[in-house]
Amino acid sequence: MELRYEVSVSLHEFDALATDSHEAFVAELPEPPRIAVCAVGLMGQQAESERDVASAARVMRSNYEGPVSILAVLANRFEERGSGTIVGISSVAGVRGRATNYVYGSAKAGFTAFLSGLRNRLSKRGVHVVTVLPGFVATQMTEGMDLPAKLTAEPSEIADAIARAVERKKDVIYVRPIWRLIMLIIRNIPERIFKEIRI
Amino acid sequence: MKLSGWGRYPVLEARVHRPRSMETLQQLVASEPSLIARGNGRAYGDSAINTCATIDMRHLNRMIAFDPASGQLIAEAGVLLGDIIAAFLRRGWFPLVTPGTKFVTLGGAIAADVHGKNHHRDGSFRSCVDWIEVMGADGQVRRCSPQDDPDLFDHTLGGMGLTGIILRAAIRLQPVETAWIRQTTLAAPNLKAAMAAFEAAQDATYSVAWIDCLAAGSNLGRSLVMLGEHAGRADLSPRQALAPFQITSKRKLSIPMDLPAFTLNSLTVRAFNALYYRAGERKTGTRLVDWDSYFYPLDAILGWNRIYGRKGLAQFQCALPLDRSEAGLTALLSEIAKAGAGSFLAVLKRFGKQDSAFSFPMEGYTLALDFPVTPKTLALLDRLDQITLAHGGRFYLAKDSRMTSATLRASDPRAADFHAHRDSHGFTSRFTSAQSERLAL
Repeated sequence: MELRYEVSVSLHEFDALATDSHEAFVAELPEPPRIAVCAVGLMGQQAESERDVASAARVMRSNYEGPVSILAVLANRFEERGSGTIVGISSVAGVRGRATNYVYGSAKAGFTAFLSGLRNRLSKRGVHVVTVLPGFVATQMTEGMDLPAKLTAEPSEIADAIARAVERKKDVIYVRPIWRLIMLIIRNIPERIFKEIRI
Repeated sequence: MKLSGWGRYPVLEARVHRPRSMETLQQLVASEPSLIARGNGRAYGDSAINTCATIDMRHLNRMIAFDPASGQLIAEAGVLLGDIIAAFLRRGWFPLVTPGTKFVTLGGAIAADVHGKNHHRDGSFRSCVDWIEVMGADGQVRRCSPQDDPDLFDHTLGGMGLTGIILRAAIRLQPVETAWIRQTTLAAPNLKAAMAAFEAAQDATYSVAWIDCLAAGSNLGRSLVMLGEHAGRADLSPRQALAPFQITSKRKLSIPMDLPAFTLNSLTVRAFNALYYRAGERKTGTRLVDWDSYFYPLDAILGWNRIYGRKGLAQFQCALPLDRSEAGLTALLSEIAKAGAGSFLAVLKRFGKQDSAFSFPMEGYTLALDFPVTPKTLALLDRLDQITLAHGGRFYLAKDSRMTSATLRASDPRAADFHAHRDSHGFTSRFTSAQSERLAL
């Protein structure tokens, strides 16, 4: 990254689940960040999450508790300073629970609601919050899955979309526009029908 | 998953692995009986497909070091040429050798030993490669260069990934003053004139011709010969000179779906070729062109391969020795004009000297064309193979998707040596592609 973009980069080890350490983690950074991007997540196996409470808890903690904890610390710092941008990568899976991944989806739904509340709280304090709902992305998480090419974004597309959203102070972004339409439909299917279909 | 090259012919069902670390890659080499590395899938045919294990190298794409004194860049094989340009052109550096698309990986450029419009002067990609690190069948990594292990170096450049997995390389970039090219276009009414223009332009840094492959009779081989030089600061307008490495980014077109087969027929191709030539004739002379339009005109049309419809396209590219180029090109062009199966993108280029174990170029001329895949054009391609053989020419493996191993052996005595080299290192059963099996490499 340093070579490609002529910027200086420093790496800091971070454990999203060690929420006790988050306050210290932020305090020990060489300088407080101007923009924080939270790209933490764990898909898990839905079947396993249904069987095993511990696995389900790990999915919930990884997608909700951990991200919320670190962003809460950063939000307070940014609020004190009166500036900064927080970007949370949530998921379209959080828009409506589906049989195939509702444990993951429910945690992401919580995270989306958290980001929305945070934005509401900080909008008058000079701190901007961006919620990213990327849809399918070709990452390690989705490797081996049979995803439709037109709905699947490259990680670099997500990065470009985030950079634009930060510059233009967008609140909630989908990356490929088609996802906005898909989610509009999914959101509006009456529950009576939704419960019967498998998507 | 279904996998094909850029020509989308043939399409094969293959298992694809996408390693993100050297360890994973080493495990794959240890556990898979046979495999091939794949870059960005820009070879046209089946060079980078192994149905059992195709290794997608694009995640191994770190840039490791750059020396601004020498212009040497050390990077992993999955880095795209376009990424190198994005990172280094603004610092005044450009690849020394680049093919007609920037969407190739460093590993792919080495494996195919690609050439550019400056081959007559600067040689193939090999010319800018200082060293390569290759993972062998034993999982060991060897660094080779013209000095150290020259045998491996020589066979890896142009070796189509069949000498091991290319992991990293050190390449030299060339310093440039601006992002612009001073392009001079000459209209050549026939093949003789086009070749004379190339011979007269031996000192030009870049030269290439677009050739109207449907013109026949006295117009046979009519071409627009395009010469290019890197523009200096003094060549730019005052506005351009303010930011000499900046070009206005163009809107990318993309072909969202396969076009139906009838869009491309001899009538539309003939009309396009005639119009293109007339338009070029009017625009002869010298003008400034930005690097992206000059080197990569087709990259602006994302997915241009879809113009050829669902059945895909087959490329034909041969090189002919200098003394037999005129006769060979005349015979090839006559055959193509007779079949009326011309392509939009016929390219003629003068090659300079090349001395390597298995790279494609040879001193003389190269002709590249593409055709939609139909029984008729496949038969035409077989005839073009025979004409090439009769004139002592050979074929570019990065473009090939349908040649027979007998044709390859007849065209290139080095094929047997290459096979022997592979055999002696135990590579013949370990690093294989659909192409290497078809061609018995």
